[in-house]
Amino acid sequence: MSEGHSTYEPTTGLGRWFDARLPLPRLVYDSFIAYPVPRNLNYMWTFGGILSIMLVSQIITGIVLAMHYASDTGIAFGSVEKIMRDVNSGWLLRYMHANGASFFFIAVYLHIMRGLYYGSYKAPRELLWILGCIIYLLMMATGFMGYVLPWGQMSFWGATVITGFFTAIPVVGTWIQELLLGGFAVDNPTLNRFFALHYLLPFMIAGVVVLHVWALHVTGQNNPTGIEVKSKTDTVAFTPYATIKDALGMIVFLIFFAYFIFYMPNYLGHPDNYIQADPLKTPAHIVPEWYFLPFYAILRAITFNIGPIDSKLGGVLAMFGAIAVLFVVPWLDTSKVRSAVYRPWYRLFFWIFLIDCVFLGWLGSRPAEGSYVIMAQIATLYYFGFFIVIMPVLGLIETPRRLPNSITEAVLEKNKAGGAVHPEGAAASPETRG
Amino acid sequence: MSETDIENPARRDFLYIATGMAGVVGAGAVAWPFIDQMRPDASTRALSSVEVDVAALEPGMSLTVKWRGKPVFVRNRTEQEIEAAKAVKLDELKDPVARNANIASDAPANDIDRSAGEGKENWLVMVGVCTHLGCIPLGQQGDFGGWFCPCHGSHYDTAGRIRKGPAPENMTVPVFEFISDTKIRIG
Repeated sequence: MSEGHSTYEPTTGLGRWFDARLPLPRLVYDSFIAYPVPRNLNYMWTFGGILSIMLVSQIITGIVLAMHYASDTGIAFGSVEKIMRDVNSGWLLRYMHANGASFFFIAVYLHIMRGLYYGSYKAPRELLWILGCIIYLLMMATGFMGYVLPWGQMSFWGATVITGFFTAIPVVGTWIQELLLGGFAVDNPTLNRFFALHYLLPFMIAGVVVLHVWALHVTGQNNPTGIEVKSKTDTVAFTPYATIKDALGMIVFLIFFAYFIFYMPNYLGHPDNYIQADPLKTPAHIVPEWYFLPFYAILRAITFNIGPIDSKLGGVLAMFGAIAVLFVVPWLDTSKVRSAVYRPWYRLFFWIFLIDCVFLGWLGSRPAEGSYVIMAQIATLYYFGFFIVIMPVLGLIETPRRLPNSITEAVLEKNKAGGAVHPEGAAASPETRG
Repeated sequence: MSETDIENPARRDFLYIATGMAGVVGAGAVAWPFIDQMRPDASTRALSSVEVDVAALEPGMSLTVKWRGKPVFVRNRTEQEIEAAKAVKLDELKDPVARNANIASDAPANDIDRSAGEGKENWLVMVGVCTHLGCIPLGQQGDFGGWFCPCHGSHYDTAGRIRKGPAPENMTVPVFEFISDTKIRIG
């Protein structure tokens, strides 16, 4: 976007007239058509496009749902059922929106893990990474508040537990909680403001996404080798190469999405949320949405006091710390090599970390008792150990494998070694044509 | 302009600082209503007291009333429950403070200071909200025969004091009084 000169040449008179006044077509052309991308991007690089589609889908279905929803505790639950039964195609729009949230998070987790594996957060992409972390935080706030809107039992008690986190803050905790709730407990004022904010936040996400894409186009994309683009032969044009690859990735992703919408629309939800909220009755197990489970497990793993910090504040700090640590990852990783492809030890610890996150998610869905607590404590220890100990130390002591001199060299080497044995490798990678 | 600046820098500095200060104060004054409107409104605060008839409560029975959107447990405790709570030494308690809004804020969590007081020791009135993350504990369950919170496993005893689990404090005793022998006003 910013570097290099534009190759856009309007072909029509109207195009030239427009270009001289508002060069928007030029911006689009330079960003999404002529923009050079590394020639070796794999399918893990299609999630950026998938996430954009999911954001748009959530905003469109959300606006439509808001036309039928009522954010009043007396009728909110009923209005959601009305959408399901009475509104034309309402069931489809609501299932798209509810499952869309889950699939948005599936895509964002794959996107984040891609970044961690290939070292996409390292200089000069620190701000790009941090903007991504901010988007993730905003997504979590949006997801949480959206889940309160149907006003089911899990909505109500999830909101109670999560706003209860703030009472752990010394001195001003209760004041902050009452400020968030607009009352002494979750009630009508809470539902109303959550609806207003749930409507607002996606547009803030869209704003940060623009910054995220801008930052991406300044530094250029990382790639599986982690080596910077050095010459023109290292890249291909965004269109058609990246566009068609992104499009295929999107279609496959949307097939899974559609399968959930049509065949298992409630698989990722909780039956308890089809019971209307009752402030005098707590469900036996309060479980957050699946995408919060690893953090929920970390929250509950802190059952002991640490010096002056009691277990409640400790749990809340650990949970927020688990997200906060992502922001400083660019400075925690001391390795000069970006990609895990050339870092055998990092690769091992990365996969253990991935399994650890899934394991924490499973623990978050279990009751907090007996051996589950101890397992959660061990998994939490590894979660933080990976970032705070393994990342800085490994960068200093690990011997990376030899790096190729350029992306082109890496691609050609791979084709020489694997091309004849695995013909599908060559056929499926049109971008590797020299 | 620039001549006056050099001749009289104090005046320029004064205007610069005064404008800046007015801007900061003004921004704060504008921001405050936007924060203030989020706090509990007048109608929410108005629901601050309820009256409960407890004539029908035999020993061993409880009732739950809604006060400020939260449940309040009113329990007529049995002799055994009172004895069990009295037998607990203060140093066995995770939270040794009474958390009773009707008495001094640093009063110890003796059974008498948790209950409705001298002569009404059988009455326990407390906000039925777990001090961990706000779930509602289940009555007459858990390791101490008091309350058990199903969310994150906090155990309370027969005086509503936290004994085991992640909750940091005893359940709160709200401001209340017996306005007659069988009527309680909470709040």
